[in-house]
Amino acid sequence: MSLLHLAILLPFIAAVFVPFLFKGFRSIHTGWFVLLVPLALFIYFIQYMPVTSSGQTVSQTFEWIPSLGINFTAYVDGLGLLFALLITGIGSLVVLYSIYYLAKEKEALGNFYVYLLMFMGAMLGLVLSDNMIVLYMFWEFTSISSFLLIGYWYDKERSRYGAQKSMLITVFGGLSMLGGIVLLYIMGGTFSIRELIGMSGDLMTEPLFLFAMILILLGAFTKSAQFPFHVWLPDAMEAPTPVSAYLHSATMVKAGIYLVARMSPVFAESGVWLWLVAGFGIFTLFWGSFNAVKQTDLKGILAFSTISQLGLIMSLLGLGAAALHFDTLDENMYMTATIAAVFHLINHATFKGALFMMAGIVDHETGTRDIRKLGGLVNLMPITFTIAIIGSFSMAGLPPFNGFLSKEMFLTGMISVFELDLFNLNTWGILFPVLAWVASVFTFIYSIMLVFKTFLGKPQFDKLPKKPHEAPIGMLISPLVLVSLVIIFGFFPNLLSNSMIKPAVEAILPSLTDAGQEVYVDIYFWHGFQPELFMTLGIILTGTLMYATLAKWQGIYNRIPERFTINGVYDRGLDKSESGSFKLNEVVMTGYMRSYLIYIFAFFVAILLSTMGIRDAFAVDTSNLAEIRIYEVALALVLIAGAITILFAKSRLTSIVLLGVVGYSVALFFVFFRAPDLALTQLVIETVSVALFLLCFYHLPEISRKEERMKFKMGNAVISVLVGVTVTLIGIASFSNSQAFESISQYHIDNVYELAAGGNMVNVILVDFRGFDTLFEICVLGVAALGIYAMVNFRGVRRQKR
Amino acid sequence: MKKQPNDLILQTVTTVISFIIFLFSIHLFFAGHYTPGGGFIGGLMTAAALVLLLLAYDIKTLNTILPFDYRLMTAAGLLIAVLTGAGALLFNEPFLTHAYDYFELPLLGETSLHTAVLFDIGVYLTVIGVTMTIIQTIGESE
Repeated sequence: MSLLHLAILLPFIAAVFVPFLFKGFRSIHTGWFVLLVPLALFIYFIQYMPVTSSGQTVSQTFEWIPSLGINFTAYVDGLGLLFALLITGIGSLVVLYSIYYLAKEKEALGNFYVYLLMFMGAMLGLVLSDNMIVLYMFWEFTSISSFLLIGYWYDKERSRYGAQKSMLITVFGGLSMLGGIVLLYIMGGTFSIRELIGMSGDLMTEPLFLFAMILILLGAFTKSAQFPFHVWLPDAMEAPTPVSAYLHSATMVKAGIYLVARMSPVFAESGVWLWLVAGFGIFTLFWGSFNAVKQTDLKGILAFSTISQLGLIMSLLGLGAAALHFDTLDENMYMTATIAAVFHLINHATFKGALFMMAGIVDHETGTRDIRKLGGLVNLMPITFTIAIIGSFSMAGLPPFNGFLSKEMFLTGMISVFELDLFNLNTWGILFPVLAWVASVFTFIYSIMLVFKTFLGKPQFDKLPKKPHEAPIGMLISPLVLVSLVIIFGFFPNLLSNSMIKPAVEAILPSLTDAGQEVYVDIYFWHGFQPELFMTLGIILTGTLMYATLAKWQGIYNRIPERFTINGVYDRGLDKSESGSFKLNEVVMTGYMRSYLIYIFAFFVAILLSTMGIRDAFAVDTSNLAEIRIYEVALALVLIAGAITILFAKSRLTSIVLLGVVGYSVALFFVFFRAPDLALTQLVIETVSVALFLLCFYHLPEISRKEERMKFKMGNAVISVLVGVTVTLIGIASFSNSQAFESISQYHIDNVYELAAGGNMVNVILVDFRGFDTLFEICVLGVAALGIYAMVNFRGVRRQKR
Repeated sequence: MKKQPNDLILQTVTTVISFIIFLFSIHLFFAGHYTPGGGFIGGLMTAAALVLLLLAYDIKTLNTILPFDYRLMTAAGLLIAVLTGAGALLFNEPFLTHAYDYFELPLLGETSLHTAVLFDIGVYLTVIGVTMTIIQTIGESE
């Protein structure tokens, strides 16, 4: 257990002490204690920056289940460190923000910070694990803690609904991912990601490769809210705003991005990967931005915006995979896509975090997040307005903010699709730049909407539940830090390029850098009159025009009926699966013994007959048959007559007597086949049981005592005949094969006097050779007697107790 | 039953017959190791004799002349069977190993004694106990 492991587990350890701090120090907001954890971790992880930027990695192994190859291997490279810094850095800001956002008198702060620390530890473990099983464990920890955080205000119906929805969808993805991990293990024989990357060329040819890829991608897509699994994210907005800012913009939703980036070296050689990741990404980008314009809730807009931006990053990662098909880095334009993905990942975390906090401030200070009620806040909340405008413009991709830079690089990447001569990209690839451009227009519209509808326009303060005023300074610090980063990264993007982006890109595309080539990251504002510049201009122009005419075309959103939305499908799917299982249960579990008996017999027949058919086990061998004697035939006829007449007997008394006939005939058979002990026992037992049947008959209630013939049912007849045929066939077949082994009875015949000093072989077997069976048979009898005694005598006692 | 029926013939015959059945059952029991019979069928026969007594008289009378607790008899039978088996453990033999030898007994002369008979006594008592418990319980339950 190294210091690195302790750092990863520190949030979990700290979470244990949170309730004591919460109970013990009521006067101090618990958040102040918690704040120390991410701050310390941030400082700790900063130290790794020189290591990774020089191309080195750090790996520490702690043996967990070595016999299964499951070890907690902490591995720090560019990509992991980038995420670790995002998690701890934004984590500190979010904790600081939450101190002012959540009141210490009203809220259950102990719970909140325990969940939040759990989440932070889980995220750190997720991004710094090299072992896939450990990664999966932390992955599910994030799902669980996110579930708890979304349902934090558990007395609200919508919170519970949102928590359940996100749980179902992300756990579905998580389990698929586990399947993918197991498949990878089957193929590669190791859980270590680095070892798998080393053998990625061999994995390509495995038949399970495609399944593993799709299952892993399912995990990534559900977690990162890609179409059509994005539906949980807007409903997760019922969580407290610090949670939305942290989980649903900066960290957890990027876990899927992380997974795709991390697994790229394993899968990315395949064209399916490129199409799936880039295709789903670009469509999610479009769908998210298109739907964001429709929202009226601030956090709703931000949720769909997050979905769309995650799609953007995903599509860039997908296209970046094309870089692997070129040998040199110098002219490799697809490298740009990966660089843009990493850069936008950082940018998105900064501006989206700030925007969520802005939305939280507006909500906190005015009492509503509905943009139809808000407006004209600019004079009352100037600082919040500044935050909002910087964040939104960066999101829209306007200069001079960092969003502009990554948006330009994004467009460059999308245009480069035209020049790619792989996997049909030169034909269908036209969709990429088109969708990207349309989505950017919508992004522009909702970004403008977010600022203008909230802060400009007519003030309508009478509609607000509270009288608005500027937020306290503590609440403003975190978003201010984030927007300053937006501006700093905007003006000095190369601050990041060598320290953060380059090592991360090298981690995503290791096969290129391993060949001794260096990734060259240089981000600059002005790159001449390139197509992407005109695209940006077009976006701004069209966006402005469409925003101005928003009221005229907004009606199209209402044209889409509720039935066809993904939400509608999800809700109905949940409903249908519930009612469907209920119905199925009702049909199958009738509560009637006769139905269950039919199932049992039908399966009995089906399984046995099909087994016999498949194995070709039907056999008839008459060579060992004994001679048939006339009295055996006569007795068999009596037996058959008795058995068949039972079926047609009108009165129950007749049935009982006929059953007696069958029993005594069997006893006679025992006599014929020379089994005196059996015959004796059978006679007495048959007498006793007939007497007991008569007793039952005598006590039948008067009302239902109608004497009527058994009703004929075709199904029952077929089943019973089939059961009879099956058993007969098996009997014949097994008798025909019975000569395969010698019987052991010769031993008993030889030794019945020698060893056991007896003459009656049956009895000697019962009490001596196989006495153990007899011992438990008499136990059965004893239990039966006690059972009857208890049933008859304790009826009254039970009734009284009721 | 309102009127006590006159069962004089039945009762008289039962008195004689039941002893014959008892004897037969004991014969079945002891002969079991060499000829058809044994603990199970012997026990059932004894129970049959008792049932005949039950039919001719009634449960109370039977309880007065043969004051057995049949549930205890079941338990005793099971205990004898288990202890017979466990006895083998004392001689460092596997559970339920039987032993036999020939002894010179005062009245009977040379006789073979076999621990399997002890086990069979367990079976015999259990079967009587079980059968009588069932019949008595159901008979009394009116």
